[in-house]
Amino acid sequence: MNAGAGGEVLRLEAASARMGDRTLWAGVDLAVQAGELVAVLGPNGAGKSTLLKVVLGLIAPSAGSVTVLGGRPGEHNDRIGYLPQRRTFEPSLRVRGIDLVRLGLTGDRFGFPVPVSGDARRRRRRAEARVREVVDLVGAASVAGRPVGEMSGGEQQRLLIAQALVRSPELLLLDEPLDSLDLPNQGAVAALVGTICRDAGVSVVIVAHDVNPILPYLDRVVYIAEGGVAAGTPGEVITGDTLTRLYGTPVEVLTTADGRLVVVGQPEPPAFHADRHGGSHDHR
Amino acid sequence: MTIADAGSGLSWNVVGDVRHALDYAFMVNALRAGTVVAVMAAAIGWFMVLRRQSFAGHTIAVVGFPGAAGATLVGVSALVGYFGFCVLAALVISMVPRSGGRAFSAENAVTGTVQAVLLAFGFLFVSLYRGDLNGVDALLFGSFLGVTPTQVVTLFFVALGALGALAVMARPLLFASVDPDVARARGVPVGALSTAFLVLLGLAAAEASQITGSLLVFALLVMPAATAQRLTPRPALALALAVAVAMMVTWLALMAAFYSPYPIGFWVTTLAFAAYVSAGALAGHRRRRARPPAVTS
Repeated sequence: MNAGAGGEVLRLEAASARMGDRTLWAGVDLAVQAGELVAVLGPNGAGKSTLLKVVLGLIAPSAGSVTVLGGRPGEHNDRIGYLPQRRTFEPSLRVRGIDLVRLGLTGDRFGFPVPVSGDARRRRRRAEARVREVVDLVGAASVAGRPVGEMSGGEQQRLLIAQALVRSPELLLLDEPLDSLDLPNQGAVAALVGTICRDAGVSVVIVAHDVNPILPYLDRVVYIAEGGVAAGTPGEVITGDTLTRLYGTPVEVLTTADGRLVVVGQPEPPAFHADRHGGSHDHR
Repeated sequence: MTIADAGSGLSWNVVGDVRHALDYAFMVNALRAGTVVAVMAAAIGWFMVLRRQSFAGHTIAVVGFPGAAGATLVGVSALVGYFGFCVLAALVISMVPRSGGRAFSAENAVTGTVQAVLLAFGFLFVSLYRGDLNGVDALLFGSFLGVTPTQVVTLFFVALGALGALAVMARPLLFASVDPDVARARGVPVGALSTAFLVLLGLAAAEASQITGSLLVFALLVMPAATAQRLTPRPALALALAVAVAMMVTWLALMAAFYSPYPIGFWVTTLAFAAYVSAGALAGHRRRRARPPAVTS
């Protein structure tokens, strides 16, 4: 692995992004070490997804420098697993979950898809073994044989994470993986991401607009809002003062009896999270 | 000659009846052409259904009608007209800018307008030709009479080339169809594949038109694929099933048309529809029996 000095997988220095003549964010400094879980937080439209696209090299930063896995953005995309903002699959999509995961491994290969030589058969067997392994890892073995369109949102999201993981990436970019899941599934998928990060040593950058489900697993957070950008450890950034400044509206950060932080008053739909999180214990 | 002249004398001896039909060279040619067309249309049709491009497929097929009529008018094979116009239509459609994620949606009024004009031109060409009064019927609703050995060879090699290309791009095309965003991030040329697939769809629509006519291409392009999708979510198995259904439908329809006064287009469509409905009933039955107690994670 040549992830750069000190196992650093990602570094942004004074980076800015622009959409047309509107500056989305400016002066972002961020360093992600190998095996860290970093959240990019902020309201919709703030440019969180754009940050991931800059890391992938799909959009060029308008200023500053970005280093990904020791190279330019886009240079090492084969070592990055990417889960774009929630894709909805039509209920009528008649392709199995396991096919979706397999496409993540072999879907970019042109050529006759049926193995004819012994070599090709061995490669096919290795590929199948890897597909099974990641499907097991995300806990979707029992549903992977069903058509994707018939699965629940949580089941689809697990398989999409398996798809992003199937090539053993060093860096995993997840764009709103918890969006439109119900609360128990938000907790379960967040825990899964935390486990992948800890056990497999994969660095994860996760985009979210609600911090609460992922808060227990975070090493570092980046807040992007109209009021500016703040990056650091959760303890440094997730304070009532900082968030109130960023959002331009009163935000409170509470500490629960077991020491967890809970953000209240974040002006972001779905608003019911703010009401329920005080009493919910769904993420552990 | 009417079909009923040749086809008189249907007995209960199935083997004898098939043999009797195959005594006629035109039936042998029709069976060969039908088999080639069925394999190609089913395989490409499966991807078309998966990609939700049925509307594009229909438009391409309709454009083939004035092409075939015009070709007949100027004295070349209708097949040339089908291929030329269908592929041209496919290329034009591939250049229509995408709106709302899906390219070329059915709400596109321009396409409807162009379809109507092209149908009218096709009708004009047929009227100008004045030759065979059955011409319109054959071009719109299909015919299996008068397929020449040369046409069979042409159909075969075009299908071979198209299916070879489809096999080579099968995996990336599946990826780009199911999950375009991730495919693009993985370096799959999603746009180029879309254009290439539309050209293949143009070729398939042109070939299917030869048997089913321009208006009934869906009998071979959509119905076998939709039948297979109802039966299995496994891509490889579904492709094989679609091809099998299309071949069975075509063979049975050719025999039925030979021994009955009713046209081939009617038989192909009706048999394919029967397969589709049966598959739906079977899938529903299987679902009810195999439904496990709902497990939520």
